[in-house]
Amino acid sequence: MIALGFESSCDETSVAVLEDDRTLANLVSSQDFHKKYGGVVPELSSRAHLARVAPLTRDALVQAGVELADVDLIAATAGPGLIGALLVGFTFAKGLAVAERKPFVPVNHVEAHFFSGFLMDEKPEYPFLALAVSGGHTMLVLVEDELTLTRLGGTVDDAAGEAFDKGAKTLGLPYPGGPNIQKTAERGDPERYPFPIAELKSKYDFSFSGVKTALLRQVQILRTGNDPLAEETVADLAASYQRSIVEALIRKTDAAIAEFAPKSVSLVGGVAANKPLREAFTRTTAARGAKAVVPSIQYCGDNAAMIAWRGLALHRAGERFSNEYRPFPSFQSRYARDYSDNPR
Amino acid sequence: MKSEETITTRDEVETAEAARRLARLFTPGTFAALIGDLGAGKTFFVRAVAETLGARGVSSPTFAIVNEYQGDWRIYHLDYYRVESADELYDVGVEEYFADPEAICFVEWADKFPETLPARRVEIELEPNEAGGRTIRVRRYE
Repeated sequence: MIALGFESSCDETSVAVLEDDRTLANLVSSQDFHKKYGGVVPELSSRAHLARVAPLTRDALVQAGVELADVDLIAATAGPGLIGALLVGFTFAKGLAVAERKPFVPVNHVEAHFFSGFLMDEKPEYPFLALAVSGGHTMLVLVEDELTLTRLGGTVDDAAGEAFDKGAKTLGLPYPGGPNIQKTAERGDPERYPFPIAELKSKYDFSFSGVKTALLRQVQILRTGNDPLAEETVADLAASYQRSIVEALIRKTDAAIAEFAPKSVSLVGGVAANKPLREAFTRTTAARGAKAVVPSIQYCGDNAAMIAWRGLALHRAGERFSNEYRPFPSFQSRYARDYSDNPR
Repeated sequence: MKSEETITTRDEVETAEAARRLARLFTPGTFAALIGDLGAGKTFFVRAVAETLGARGVSSPTFAIVNEYQGDWRIYHLDYYRVESADELYDVGVEEYFADPEAICFVEWADKFPETLPARRVEIELEPNEAGGRTIRVRRYE
């Protein structure tokens, strides 16, 4: 089956063509399109999505060597996301589906991330655990099959990617925060500053606002007058800060592997690009005897290939959706239930 | 300005308690502008207020720009941190969120684009103090 997927939940516009598990095209505006529209930094604008979506669709179909008539199914992100941004990709996709008489599948963006490992040659095996980490999300979920998910925990404040970005800003490092913290941290001592790792009432929840504040206080203590911090100090701070975030993510993932004994564990979302996190993740997973699946960079950030994949999977599982479906900014997964520490 | 009040807390527990007390004054149509630097505790404060109003799952809207929760009333939780111009905000449709009479709005980093804020609002300024708590300045504008 051939699926055409659309993603426009936030800054990125993306269109992808998939034939079953195989990506035929996966175009992302900030990476593939900046030459045409000038601007590498994703733009927060419905107008930008509107300008990009039609040409991206044409280019994706051409690159895939597929005619619109050959497409079996159309999938689009229905949320969560910004309503103005969502509406553009979603309405465009639904319009195509109605005009071309194709089945239309609304997809939950975060769910699509969980399953993004299936876009790789080495795929997750059910049941698998997914750690989703990005600028907007931090979540640990157990996936039993395509329609049965248990949300084990998530962040109660900042997302991991947000913690990286805000930490970078505190340290005077340029945007994007994650890659620059990682680069600066390579020269630093991760043991130099013992930043906290939050323990929460719910054991699979995360909190990163404490470490963010601890970094800020440490910078205030170390700074004398208006002089900038010494380069070595910034490197030590970055390394210690990164270590604290990575350690928090890994500790809870490890506890979840121990409790639920999944066959595979997948690290997904934009922050999966962080090298120390990938390494610690692979080590921990191997030590527990589970298979680690970390999608390549093009599938870690927001992309439409994962939306198309999820659309196909839902369709294969027999799920059908009305054309009256609308996007929903705070879309909760209809297939995920919450895990409780204290089952009654 | 109609009134100004300053609350000083000594720790997180007292800050949360102050937020809960303020929450009782919030009804649909209330617009709250949160002001304070990185790490001042804006999201913490909104979470404490929103939980008092029956909302769950409150987290930072920095990346999403807008989070929406359902408690006793609808709650919009916005964040201007990542926004670069007022134009972007109009494009996102902030006016529609602010005009919803059934909802309470919280906006973090609201002072970045004061021209977008409704005239009638509560400003909540948070500042860490020596004691380890927060100095909270509450200003009401009619």
